[in-house]
Amino acid sequence: MKVGIVAYQGSVEEHALMTYRAMKELGYQGEVVEVKLPEDLKDVDALIIPGGESTTIGIVAKRAGLLEPLTDKIREGTPVLGTCAGAIMLAKEVTDAKVGKRSQPLIGLMDVKVIRNYYGRQRESFEAEVDLASINEGRIHTVFIRAPAIVEVKGRAMALSKLDNVVVFAQQDNMIATTFHPELSNSTAIHKYLLRLAKA
Amino acid sequence: MRLYELSFWEVEEFFYKLAEIKDVIKEAGLLEYYPEFKKDLKLPAQATTMVRHAFPVFQKGGVVMDVTNVEQATIAENAGAVAVMVLDKLPYDVRKAGGVARMADPKVIEEVMNSITIPVMAKVRIGHYYEAKVLEALGVDMIDESEVLTPADEEHHINKWEFRVPFVNGARDLGEALRRIAEGAAMIRTKGEPGTGNVSEAVKHMRIVMKQLRELRSLLPEERLKKAREFQVPVQLVDLTAKLGRLPVVNFAAGGIATPADAALMMWLGADGIFVGSGIFKSQDPEQRALAIVLATSSWDKPEVVLEAQKTISESKTMMGIDIRQLKPEELMQVRGL
Repeated sequence: MKVGIVAYQGSVEEHALMTYRAMKELGYQGEVVEVKLPEDLKDVDALIIPGGESTTIGIVAKRAGLLEPLTDKIREGTPVLGTCAGAIMLAKEVTDAKVGKRSQPLIGLMDVKVIRNYYGRQRESFEAEVDLASINEGRIHTVFIRAPAIVEVKGRAMALSKLDNVVVFAQQDNMIATTFHPELSNSTAIHKYLLRLAKA
Repeated sequence: MRLYELSFWEVEEFFYKLAEIKDVIKEAGLLEYYPEFKKDLKLPAQATTMVRHAFPVFQKGGVVMDVTNVEQATIAENAGAVAVMVLDKLPYDVRKAGGVARMADPKVIEEVMNSITIPVMAKVRIGHYYEAKVLEALGVDMIDESEVLTPADEEHHINKWEFRVPFVNGARDLGEALRRIAEGAAMIRTKGEPGTGNVSEAVKHMRIVMKQLRELRSLLPEERLKKAREFQVPVQLVDLTAKLGRLPVVNFAAGGIATPADAALMMWLGADGIFVGSGIFKSQDPEQRALAIVLATSSWDKPEVVLEAQKTISESKTMMGIDIRQLKPEELMQVRGL
């Protein structure tokens, strides 16, 4: 199994370590590779779009010619996990809590509406426990850093976890989005969920 | 891709363990520093050590750009900066102007905060507890306790554990970096020599840190104890750093980066990301240069991408730069706050 992480910026190393640990726990053989150019997408069985600044990741991906082939690869059904900035990249509709709508390059395949910086600035960032009962896992202890929120879930998209009535974890077929950071948490549950999707 | 033995979570557990040590020793009236007690946390919890240490993780691979107003901040955001650093004068101008350099006007910082979506950082003078309190009240995302400004306290740095906002500090070697982390810094950057457009000092400082990290891994426990005394930090922090093989917080490069190739060089040397001070807005082509440095930083391991980035800017438009050897000892900023 080959897992590709969009590796321009953000929590790339953290995702790689957690993916390797998840593979070990599941007994899967595989490797984690960096995706920066279109040719890096070759033979990739699952994708991760990490946390970071969604504007940066989008601008660089577009410039590198990756945005289109990446979008195609996901549209064709390759399982993908987007965390925080990654969730923003996947969403069809994105606005910012303070400055409103901005044009930024996105993948835009998931039928959800996301509000950037929903909780506020860094001083409003927090750590919390998220209940993953919907995917038969326990509670994970994780962080929300200048996190977005999934405010509308439409069409084939489903909400999988909520925190104080705000959706923090959603799925639409092969696409998984979290507004928190499983790669910085005490659990590989979300990574294992992605790997199982890729195996199926 | 660099892989380490410990996850972010495990590194954070270590910092909380330090707090537990404090719990035991506190009764004797010793030790005031270190994180809050994890067992006292009521979730969801804001501004914890873990939340402060997590913020810079999402800056990695990115470029933080020095700006002095909303126009420059907008250029930075559109070019793909991961954050902006607001200051009153660019480091080059601080150097030329002389006098006392202080934190930026809070009104300007607020304007920038209200006009862009990416994080906003600002600089305070070394040891200036109250400039930091003011910026915390304003709500900036990160504070840079910076040698670019005139130090307010020649003896002490700010006790950063007391703040809800994360701090970044400069360092020229591993000892300085670990002292700042022990004081509560959530992020480290090389000092370099700010405002010179000359990358040589940043290279020197990054190489020293990386060399000392390699050396640390080869030390026996009793040698690490001696090293901790030399560094003036807790031996536990030295042990963690040795096990991890890197600084336990995010480590950027700063001070003299002016071109895409400069940025790629610093990434190759082991930096997690880049701060550009005067390099962008003291050049003749800030828009193209800002984007070019972002591209080179995120794809530093692909020379063909760095080449493309380098082609979009013109060497004749790069800031002139200053030879470090032409600076008088009293003009060096890197020796402030050790």
